[in-house]
Amino acid sequence: MSSLAQKKGFGAVIWDYLTTVDHKKIAILYLISGGFFFLVGGLEAMMIRIQLMKAGNDFLSAGLYNEIITMHGTTMIFLAAMPLLLAFMNAVMPLQIGARDVAFPFLNSLGFWLFFFGGIFLNLSWFMGGAPDAGWTNYASLALASEGHGIDFYSLGLTISGFGTLIAGINFLVTIINMRAPGMTYMRMPLFTWTTFVASALILLAFPPLTIGLFFMVFDRLFGANFFAVNMGGNTIIWEHLFWIFGHPEVYILILPAFGIFSEIFAIFSRKRLFGYTALVFATILIGFYGFMVWAHHMFTVGLGPTANAVFALATMIIAVPTGIKIFNWLLTIWGGSISFTVPMVYAVAFIPSFVAGGVTGVMQAMAPLDYQLHDSYFIVAHFHYVIVGGVVLGILAGTHLYWPKMFGTMLSEKLGMITFWFFFIGFHLTFFIQHFLGLMGMPRRVYTFGADQGWDLFNMISSVGALFMAIGVLVLLVNVVLTTVKNVRVGNDPWGDGRTLEWAIPSPPPFYNFAQTPLVRGLDTYWIEKMEGNKEGMVYAEPLGDVHMPNGSIIPLIMSFGMFVAAFGALYFLDDTKPWALAVLIIGLGITFGSMLVRSLKDDLGFHITKEELIEDAKRGGNTDGLK
Amino acid sequence: MAHDTPEKIRSHAEHEYLKKKRSTEMRHQLTSFAIMIFLTLIAFTMVAAGFSAYLIVPIILLLAAVQVVLQLYHFMHLSNKGHGTVAFFMFSGMFVAFITVLALVTIVWW
Amino acid sequence: MDLNKRYTAQSWPDHPETATLEGKNKFVGFWLLLAAETVTFASLFATYLALKDRGPDGSEFTAAGLFELPLVFAMTMILLTSSLTSVYAMYHMKNHNFKAMQAWLGITVLLGLTFLGLEIYEFNHYVHLGFGYTTSAFSSAFFTLVGTHGAHVLFGLSWFIALMIRNSKRGLNMYNAPKFYLAALYWHFIDVVWVFIFTVVYLMGVIG
Ligand code: HEM
Ligand SMILES: [Cu+2]
Repeated sequence: MSSLAQKKGFGAVIWDYLTTVDHKKIAILYLISGGFFFLVGGLEAMMIRIQLMKAGNDFLSAGLYNEIITMHGTTMIFLAAMPLLLAFMNAVMPLQIGARDVAFPFLNSLGFWLFFFGGIFLNLSWFMGGAPDAGWTNYASLALASEGHGIDFYSLGLTISGFGTLIAGINFLVTIINMRAPGMTYMRMPLFTWTTFVASALILLAFPPLTIGLFFMVFDRLFGANFFAVNMGGNTIIWEHLFWIFGHPEVYILILPAFGIFSEIFAIFSRKRLFGYTALVFATILIGFYGFMVWAHHMFTVGLGPTANAVFALATMIIAVPTGIKIFNWLLTIWGGSISFTVPMVYAVAFIPSFVAGGVTGVMQAMAPLDYQLHDSYFIVAHFHYVIVGGVVLGILAGTHLYWPKMFGTMLSEKLGMITFWFFFIGFHLTFFIQHFLGLMGMPRRVYTFGADQGWDLFNMISSVGALFMAIGVLVLLVNVVLTTVKNVRVGNDPWGDGRTLEWAIPSPPPFYNFAQTPLVRGLDTYWIEKMEGNKEGMVYAEPLGDVHMPNGSIIPLIMSFGMFVAAFGALYFLDDTKPWALAVLIIGLGITFGSMLVRSLKDDLGFHITKEELIEDAKRGGNTDGLK
Repeated sequence: MAHDTPEKIRSHAEHEYLKKKRSTEMRHQLTSFAIMIFLTLIAFTMVAAGFSAYLIVPIILLLAAVQVVLQLYHFMHLSNKGHGTVAFFMFSGMFVAFITVLALVTIVWW
Repeated sequence: MDLNKRYTAQSWPDHPETATLEGKNKFVGFWLLLAAETVTFASLFATYLALKDRGPDGSEFTAAGLFELPLVFAMTMILLTSSLTSVYAMYHMKNHNFKAMQAWLGITVLLGLTFLGLEIYEFNHYVHLGFGYTTSAFSSAFFTLVGTHGAHVLFGLSWFIALMIRNSKRGLNMYNAPKFYLAALYWHFIDVVWVFIFTVVYLMGVIG
């Protein structure tokens, strides 16, 4: 097998990506599909802002408006933010710990395709009778009453993509636990690896309640179960609990990797070791832990009783403490550093005040009595956009610029990057800052229009203009990507010049086996240590050059996921009298999935070896002949 | 990475020792099993005998917990060497499991 | 990894399930999955407890009126015993005694099948009493919790059977040893869940 392939035709490249189990290529798949869904979600956002631009607008009907806000939130959280972060985790984490691949390359690919087909399934609702319209939180009392199949697209689609995410989480955890290079102790792991680790642990324990909740939703709506049907003894609060037991950890699943990216950026562009590395690590773990004990702060107004509200209010306020610790550590990392304001660094610096603003409103909402006023108003919308856009999205944009050279071997233009940044940053604050006041003035969230006599016109107009700014920023980023790809100016191992961790010690993009020889890690910021000691190669090695074992590619993950996709249609139409074929489709779909699973487990797949000679040959050509097996 | 493990052939004495160790371990497993059966019997008998629910419920829950510990530690070897990390995750899982059950039996607003 | 490599009891590693990196990865990954499964079942248990005995107005079905202990006792004993037989299978796996391992796995599978048969009988019985999946919130929660456990039993059995058939001719090697080990772990986990089911659902149900 193996052998280093030559230039490939277009079809071969496609086939290569459909069957790849290489974490770097899977990262690119996540980046492209996550980016696509980000644009879709962005389009939906623009439509919301157009509708709310003036009082009594009729750009969207009330029903369509509900579908659009639901799909906007769902798409952005599950199909854009998460996959984009998974893209960076895939691209960077294995390199940071000196591994040749992830622990389960096959499952890595399966995780991606499940997410992908789940996302497609969800979005097909637009063309097949209407999208879900009960909000991204899909509260059962609303969802059970929703007509058509929108809600079913939501529950089935998220079930499928949720499995994908769970698989990804397990895969990253095992990779970090088992595959760190010699010398890479836990307390020498780069912060992005640490946040990947904790976020994956949260995925592991938070996704099951969501899956079960969705499962109940599917069975209630499609198979006649009664979990939430109050007249049959059901209870809709169960959905709210299950959703938020997942939901609050989910916001940390999103923000922690963004914290990780920013931690890397602060250290690199301040040319300083992270201040308080240990504190940062423990703050991360603590956030992960507390993250599971605060979910009912989303349910203060449900009527759980004063005791429950008091307990959850206190727990919620406590969680702000480790977050604060992090903020101070970053500030002290910048302090006295020799700073270079590259695009990633500018994003990182802008992130701090933006995110702090979101944290402060969070603590305000954590006070249960105050939350009775704020709940379901635009104040809440302002809060979570401050943390999600000001934290997660800025992190993703920063990460895109920072890791683009590592993923594609070219540098995004700094000039265009700055333009994107300013449009996006100004637009972001313009859009959301004013929404705090709209909320305090009484504007409710998730209502499709407002009256001219309510005095909200001007602020809404300002908010909509801000959204336009953000859209322009994103378009400039797209232009940047196209220009960079066309120009195709290749860069070396460490294009930022100040890389500190292992990923910067190898070619951009790295060869498919990452490290010809497994590195030996001698401390935190291992590449920096080697650089400072004048080691030209940037690494010391833990083993002599020898044969390298690599996994085979496979099309089975795609087929398995496709089977689930087919089965979901069967389930969707199960109760429709006009669609007697639904059961057959369900069975065929599951047959495809389990059949390919069986094939996979019966056929031995032992991978292949790259010989030492091939490695030497490859190194002579620069070490990054892309698109090998 | 993932290289074949170099074959290690044990000496005869070592082999005999390991075999013996395993069979003692197997005997311990058998004891655990006997205890599990015994605990199950107690639980069922108590319910059949019809004691007060306030007495029975805590006791059978305790018995279940003991049984699970036996399964985890003896049958699934959770206490053995090299299980530290996975045990940590397993306990985190149990923690989340616990608060989930606690919430849904206390604050569902009936 | 060389599949054709022959081992003897003396060259067989002490912990074949974690002797290779693949094995170690599978081992850790599988335990993590079990942690996730713990939360999964907790969500089902929690829902069951919240919905226990709840139904539409005038619904007569309650746990106390429905469940009968003798059948549950038999099922419990069978599943517990099958946990022990799979321990025996792993004992022989570690001693590199393939035939004995297969035999004990065979017994485990038979016990598992009996358990499953009894469960189907039980469900069928309830349905005949008019207590179906869609009867009430209680019935949905009950069948989903116990049925999910049953589905796990079914999956565990299929896994054992697939492994036994696939490897019947080639015996134990470093590639399949971790798989046997994990299937056995899975089986124990199923038993752990059942311990809670018979305690929380049936015993506490009968008490009322
Ligand atoms: C300082 C830490 C934080 C605190 C104290 C906090 C507190 C809260 C509270 C109490 C609510 C419920 C408000 C209501 O609906 O009445 C809320 C909503 C929300 N928070 Fe936070 N939060 C924090 C950080 C974050 C982070 C980091 C994120 C995401 C990255 C986030 C995302 C959200 C979202 C999405 C919602 C709204 C959910 C919805 O109803 O659709 N929060 N937050
Ligand atoms: Cu929250």
